[in-house]
Amino acid sequence: MEWLAAITTGGLAGLGLWMLLDRNLKRVVLGVAVLGNAINLGVLTAGRFIGERAAFVEAGNSAAAANPLPQALVLTAIVIGFSLFIFALALLKRTRELHGDKTTDSVSAITEQPAPDWHAGEHEADGTGVEARR
Amino acid sequence: MNQALLVAPVLIPLCSLVLALLLRNHLSLVRALSLGGTTLLLAVGIKLVWLAAGGTVLAGQVGGWQAPFGISLVIDRLSAVMIAISALIGLVTLLYGVARDSDTRVGRDFHLFVQGLLTGIGGAFITADIFNLYVWFEVLLIASFALMALGGGKRRLAGSMTYVALNLFATLIFLLSAGLVYGASGTLNMGELAVIMRSGEAPAGVTPALLLMLLSFAIKAALFPVFGWLPATYHVALTAVSAMFAGLLTKVGVYALIRLVTLLWPEYGLPHQLLLWVACATMLVGVLGAAAQTEVRRILSFHIVSQVGYMVLGLALATPLALAGAVFYLIHHIVVKANLFFIGGVAARICGSERLADMGGLYGRLPWLALLFAIPALSLAGIPPLSGFWAKFLLVKASLDAAAWWAAGIALLTGVFTLLSMNKIWNEAFLKAHPKGEAALQLSTKSRAAWLGMAGLALLTVLIGLGAGPLIDYAIAAAEQLGNPEAYLQPFSPAGGA
Repeated sequence: MEWLAAITTGGLAGLGLWMLLDRNLKRVVLGVAVLGNAINLGVLTAGRFIGERAAFVEAGNSAAAANPLPQALVLTAIVIGFSLFIFALALLKRTRELHGDKTTDSVSAITEQPAPDWHAGEHEADGTGVEARR
Repeated sequence: MNQALLVAPVLIPLCSLVLALLLRNHLSLVRALSLGGTTLLLAVGIKLVWLAAGGTVLAGQVGGWQAPFGISLVIDRLSAVMIAISALIGLVTLLYGVARDSDTRVGRDFHLFVQGLLTGIGGAFITADIFNLYVWFEVLLIASFALMALGGGKRRLAGSMTYVALNLFATLIFLLSAGLVYGASGTLNMGELAVIMRSGEAPAGVTPALLLMLLSFAIKAALFPVFGWLPATYHVALTAVSAMFAGLLTKVGVYALIRLVTLLWPEYGLPHQLLLWVACATMLVGVLGAAAQTEVRRILSFHIVSQVGYMVLGLALATPLALAGAVFYLIHHIVVKANLFFIGGVAARICGSERLADMGGLYGRLPWLALLFAIPALSLAGIPPLSGFWAKFLLVKASLDAAAWWAAGIALLTGVFTLLSMNKIWNEAFLKAHPKGEAALQLSTKSRAAWLGMAGLALLTVLIGLGAGPLIDYAIAAAEQLGNPEAYLQPFSPAGGA
């Protein structure tokens, strides 16, 4: 079982990293999710999980149980990772609604623009009228 | 009593958060809860420093589960002072935010998320368990995501996108390394891990996994070469938010580095050699990056990077004096850096812009603001008798003692460049006339609370500078404790046994 989990972890991690390096923002966010799942599986595997056994101790036979700690860790990590993923998706949706930009380059270009005048900058505004310096 | 104090740094902001969430429809109640809770946290922080200064180390197990099965909590001198200083910066951030919240929804969310951030920061400072540290990092991370995007707008959301993607990546590296450390060593308790590492018989995979963990902390702390996310994003947030981030967030990464490196590698070794190079590169690259910037917050953001280099220099030299210097620098820097962001924000609001070319005339109209800026700015550059001088003095002396004269040279050179940068802000924003004439300055009397907070931080900078003795003594004692972390090791020593 461990070899299968190890190969899956490696494959998913490679896929996730590849997506993270994409210019398309949607793929970057999905890449974080894929990489997160790869790492969750990696943590589970590294903690010596034994694929076919449950983490329950049967009466009189404690040797048969799998180590519950990695499972608990990964459960925590899955919950946290899921909520962060949802936040990233919400942010992506709002970013697209506001200016339809879809690539990492355009996002960087916007943050690199000179600071807008104060009243435009402090609250909801798009900073129009300020040209990007090229 | 002590057990209650041990968990108070987490419980107080968490309770404020939950209560404020329940009362979210009443802005004044949310505000009162948040301010009251943070004041209480500051009081607890001062009490903890008081206890720690007397040599008390608070330690305990969550839920009564014995180490290494349960989660250990430890508050030593370093943790105590970090808790106190975070509460102080949190309080000033809230005061600044209260003065500025014209939009009620933004104002309410601001209070909620600041409490969330303080919960995560408090947890990270008290835990002695690696996975628990990961969880607290996530708590402060999600709060920081929300704070970063607070207020909305095209620019801010674009910056948040970068911030979220890169910080998530760093956290995933941390999770992976925590899993690998557990797989290789069989423990997540920092104390037990330290015993394993110090025995000299660590299993093969532990050291690479720990180096991976140091990499994730380096990203959090914005060290060279993985600092790029910080200057790319900090200038787009609300002023109060970027000031709080500038003061506290990277410093949680530095704290984690100091904690783990001192625990796991008591002798000078490979991580120290790596960190020494990284520290010098961080100082130089940060300060040179700042020289190319023309906006207040961008200049200050690059200076965060360069200043973090100093703290890591102290950690990398690994002598008791150098560690004391790192602790002192940490305290000094948090106060000064946050204050510069606050003052920069006020100056930008009055001038109508934070682009240096469109600022000016502040010295003539608001000499008090100019004085308030001058104190932390000179302190950042290390001019005596302000706090930054002592911080740099300790580190340079430690470098010379360790015969790392080139590190001392880079530290001094960075100080000169820092002074040039501060001089640039001073000339452009304060001395020169406003390009649109004096009438363009918009003075408002609404921000009295913010002024109070900024003046308090500036006063603290002067006090640390003039009365540096007690704080240096405290830092030296804290460094001694880092070199001899009994509270962490004691449950696993053959004689002790919890």
